[in-house]
Amino acid sequence: MGNQQPLVQAAPEAGSSTPLDRYRMMRLSRRFEETMEEQFHEGQVPGPLHLSIGQEAVAVGGCCHLRQSDAILSTHRGHHHCLAKGAAADRLMAELLGRSAGYSLGRGGSMHIAIPEIGLLGTNGIVGAGLPIATGAAYAMQVQKSDNVTVCFFGEGATGTGAFGEALNIAALWRLPLIFVCENNQYVELTPQSVHIAGDIWRRGESFGIPGSRVDGNDVEAMAEAMETAIARARAGDGPTMIEALTYRWSGHFVADRAAYRDEAEVQEARALDPLISARALIDDDVADAVDSEIEEEIAVALAFAQQSPLADFDSLSIGHYAAS
Amino acid sequence: MTDISVETRPLKFWQGVNQALVEEMERDENVVLVGEDVARPGGPYGVTRGLLDKFGDLRVRDTPISEAVLVGLGIGGAGVGLRPVVEVMFFDFAMIAMDQIVNQAAKFRYFSGADMPLVIRTMCGAGGPNGAQHSQNFEAWYCGVPGLKVVMPSNALDAKGLLKSSIRDNDPVLFIETLGLLTQRRDVPVGEDLLIPLGVADIRREGSDVTVVAIGRLVDRALEAAERLQEEDGISVEVIDPRTLSPLDTETILESVRRTGRLVTAQEATAPCSVGSELVALAAESCLSELKAAPIRVASPFVNVPTPLPLAEERAPGVEDVMSAVRETMQGS
Repeated sequence: MGNQQPLVQAAPEAGSSTPLDRYRMMRLSRRFEETMEEQFHEGQVPGPLHLSIGQEAVAVGGCCHLRQSDAILSTHRGHHHCLAKGAAADRLMAELLGRSAGYSLGRGGSMHIAIPEIGLLGTNGIVGAGLPIATGAAYAMQVQKSDNVTVCFFGEGATGTGAFGEALNIAALWRLPLIFVCENNQYVELTPQSVHIAGDIWRRGESFGIPGSRVDGNDVEAMAEAMETAIARARAGDGPTMIEALTYRWSGHFVADRAAYRDEAEVQEARALDPLISARALIDDDVADAVDSEIEEEIAVALAFAQQSPLADFDSLSIGHYAAS
Repeated sequence: MTDISVETRPLKFWQGVNQALVEEMERDENVVLVGEDVARPGGPYGVTRGLLDKFGDLRVRDTPISEAVLVGLGIGGAGVGLRPVVEVMFFDFAMIAMDQIVNQAAKFRYFSGADMPLVIRTMCGAGGPNGAQHSQNFEAWYCGVPGLKVVMPSNALDAKGLLKSSIRDNDPVLFIETLGLLTQRRDVPVGEDLLIPLGVADIRREGSDVTVVAIGRLVDRALEAAERLQEEDGISVEVIDPRTLSPLDTETILESVRRTGRLVTAQEATAPCSVGSELVALAAESCLSELKAAPIRVASPFVNVPTPLPLAEERAPGVEDVMSAVRETMQGS
């Protein structure tokens, strides 16, 4: 949609991801969201903002071995997934700021990003709604006899929906090339996961014959490795895998949520496990410093691009409901 | 209206649907059909019989009873290049998949600018002894959803031509078949790539006194009513079948209503907030001063569909109901 050429192309080359690439993408995601949080507090974000700060390793490890022709489904908290799958930071920022250069012309906001040309079939305002769509993408890959795969990111809250059971069953039954990635950030909206989750999520696929594992979702290398195995399995036609990635939601459910329902000590403990620290430790300091400066520049350019784009106007609302006849 | 020089053959409604599927699946390998009991059993009413043998079990596939996933199969499939046809066995079951239809499929282009070539076929109406959870008409619910198209054929010809067009359409189409019509026949051209455009109403019978806009099962009944009214009362009735309910061909409908000055709507659904209500509202907004009589909605009474077939048939509006409504609009003329 739109004719704007992205100024920043953040997509990594699929299949050749290195620890440096992964750190770079995590840093981009972190700084992207910190910048959006600032913009929110300045009143520049005309919609809700669900931040994934602290969860970057799940998206980056989850996408770093994917091709552009592989598909992902994301959630209401999905900026990191979008960037990791190759969304341009500048157009994504424009969308969040309600600007016409955004992916949905600035009308959709952060929960309504879909960029099928890079395999992003949608962030989503409905918890669990990506699960059925993921089965469809994976089924299409089977019909097309390609070895592409679909990755469905969802939060632990989505395991309470009926769609979760439906999707697991059909994925196993049809041996779909589908990887279920449960991004368990410990909180479901305004309540802890103890209100929501019985048993172990990573074992939920067991009776369907879906292999599952629990991964340290703050360790991008562990995440990437688990995904590599699952992706290889899916590409080989051996069916779905379930990965539960344990991480922590640093921020509230949305930016304005001060998360008074949890202890500050708990948050501080989680912050000490910052996934960027371990990702950075794998590369030389001077290289990492150079990456950090590059990212600052990219973010500044992206923000300027977004801010220079006109605000979405009322006339644009009628665009894109039906195909042009 | 069919050109009489073209060879035609009487076809049942279900055969029209079946032929459309076969022809489009032969034409485009990206067309697939998934649904509960569509493959091996050939559909609960045999509508999809023969397709599994022709196209194999990857493209014609029985699914588990998972309506949300069923529609999701279509959305995700369309998102990566297929043109899926998904069958939701009864319209009543579509509610289980409502999020996927309304929040997902209908929003995809708005969010992304990309095509969503998905057809959701389903079956409505009280045409069998199926009771209150397998017989309902919810077409109006979906007509208020931007991004979604709603198609409701009333006969074999339209079923075939509209389904073929729906499959080639790049927007999500809710394609509503009517159980009570499955074995009804109409002449359909042979050996022709029959495409009936979406969004175009069909004036099934021309008339000058009263416009009857009928949908689904009520179209044939309205046509019969029109014949009898001509014979018995000398009333000239125009019968319009919108065929596509969203986007609605308001131009054709309002032109007719302006010309006759009288509007009767006829449908199997109950009246409140229905397609009939919408048509009456349109007429009131657009040409109230040209109306010679108050419009009348012919609809099922506001009660649930009973299971015994004779009772269900009694509940659905019939030829006589349309005739009395037309006569009522003519009173005092």
